[in-house]
Amino acid sequence: MVDGNLGLLAWGADGWGDELAAGLRITVLLALATLPFGLALGFLVALAKNSSEKSLTAAAHIYTTIFRGLPELLTLFIVYYGGQILIQEIVNLFTETYVEVNSFVAGMVALGLVLSAFSSEVFLGALRAIDRGQVEAGKALGLSRWQCLRLVTFPQLIRLALPGLSNLWLVLLKDTSLVSLIALNDLLRKTNIAVGATKEPFFFYAVACLIYLFVSLVSSIGLTGIERHVNRGRQRA
Amino acid sequence: MTIETATTSDTAAPPPETARKASPAHIAGLALLGLWAVIGVALLGYLVRGFDPGFFAHYAPKLLDGLLVTLELVVVSILLGAALAFPVALLRISQNRLLAMLSFSYIYLFRGTPLLAQVFLVYYGAGQFRPLLEDYGLWWFFRDAFNCALFTFTVNTSAYQAEILRGAIQSVERGQWEGARALGLHDWVIFIKVILPQAFIIALRPLGNEIILMIKASAVASVITVFDLMGQTRLAFSRSFEFQVYLWAAIIYLFLVETLRRVWDRLEAWLTRHLKLNN
Repeated sequence: MVDGNLGLLAWGADGWGDELAAGLRITVLLALATLPFGLALGFLVALAKNSSEKSLTAAAHIYTTIFRGLPELLTLFIVYYGGQILIQEIVNLFTETYVEVNSFVAGMVALGLVLSAFSSEVFLGALRAIDRGQVEAGKALGLSRWQCLRLVTFPQLIRLALPGLSNLWLVLLKDTSLVSLIALNDLLRKTNIAVGATKEPFFFYAVACLIYLFVSLVSSIGLTGIERHVNRGRQRA
Repeated sequence: MTIETATTSDTAAPPPETARKASPAHIAGLALLGLWAVIGVALLGYLVRGFDPGFFAHYAPKLLDGLLVTLELVVVSILLGAALAFPVALLRISQNRLLAMLSFSYIYLFRGTPLLAQVFLVYYGAGQFRPLLEDYGLWWFFRDAFNCALFTFTVNTSAYQAEILRGAIQSVERGQWEGARALGLHDWVIFIKVILPQAFIIALRPLGNEIILMIKASAVASVITVFDLMGQTRLAFSRSFEFQVYLWAAIIYLFLVETLRRVWDRLEAWLTRHLKLNN
């Protein structure tokens, strides 16, 4: 059954190869666009959680409880439909134009919120694993608080947080498939379209799964390289 | 004696409390808490203002029905997945290279691909292979979307649970094996009576996380027409365009996850009470 299907993956008008590749491009772009936003927010949330200020930790805990507890799909729908309603209401205050929320941006925001909640836990674990003496020594050398963070804490933080963050990147890649449900033309939605046209669901979904596997395999190799790079100072010791 | 009187008499009034300096962190914390309060009040106001008794009476029971379907999906797939995870984990650490490789591929395949794609593969793939499944007498099972979701979730969670179990078994200290061997116990007896109980304790926390992940992931069943909590919510939204239902669903999911987390913490504390140093 599958043998005769390989032609379906041809490039150009007859096959679905180029469509799937275009979908893959969106999937990877979405994951890459979400990453910096989610990690930066996650780091700030981790700093808040690590703070001695009670009100700050409380606010951060509410944040992570919500975005770690909600199903990703529900977060996505709330951001997409809720964002639509909210922005429309705001626009209606000024003019009567119809606005439509871009599904790429909605996906980026929703996945970024989820990623930030989970990555804050990873960052927090890493922050707590760094010896207090490091920051104290930095202060003793006359570094400002910002310099301590940038020059002393951060380089060690990356090394400690990297295994957890690698894991979250692989989770993020898989979670991007959810945006196919808000009509963004990612890999899975392109696959759905191909299935609708060819009536070959098993073949195309299996191909999509293999592509996801391939992407996570390539990422794993890249991440191992990065891990080796940040650990380079420790191997000799 | 004299010292005491001296100190009491010498004690001046305590220094006036210096007004606590408002640090940037304090201000930021209060501002963020204030922001949460505003968001909370706004959402509550939205829910109360838009509350329609007729709408509520119509859809609330449906959401509860959906909640039951979600619970059924999660409980059954976690239990069946656990049963399946056990042999998979054992194969993964077996000495036989081929079996270990097979088990590794199984785990890698299901952990490396999106659950959503797996659900589509099983549900629509089963439809495609209908004649074949009918020949094997399996069609009655895969005909139902709920069963397809249950099957996919079971297989998916079994891969995750197998990996948790493997990690736990391998992180039990070697000395435990050696000690038990020195007592002359048979390998299988050691495994079941010495290693496994300790492995389960280690696996407890990741297992709790896996159940929470499964509760959240079960929402994707709604895309193949399973009317779980998410499915009922989407149906209600598509019929009424009432955004409120999504917020209700969010509250129910959060409640579910938080409850499980707390219960699991208690369970863990209770099961590891013999490991606490000062009781």
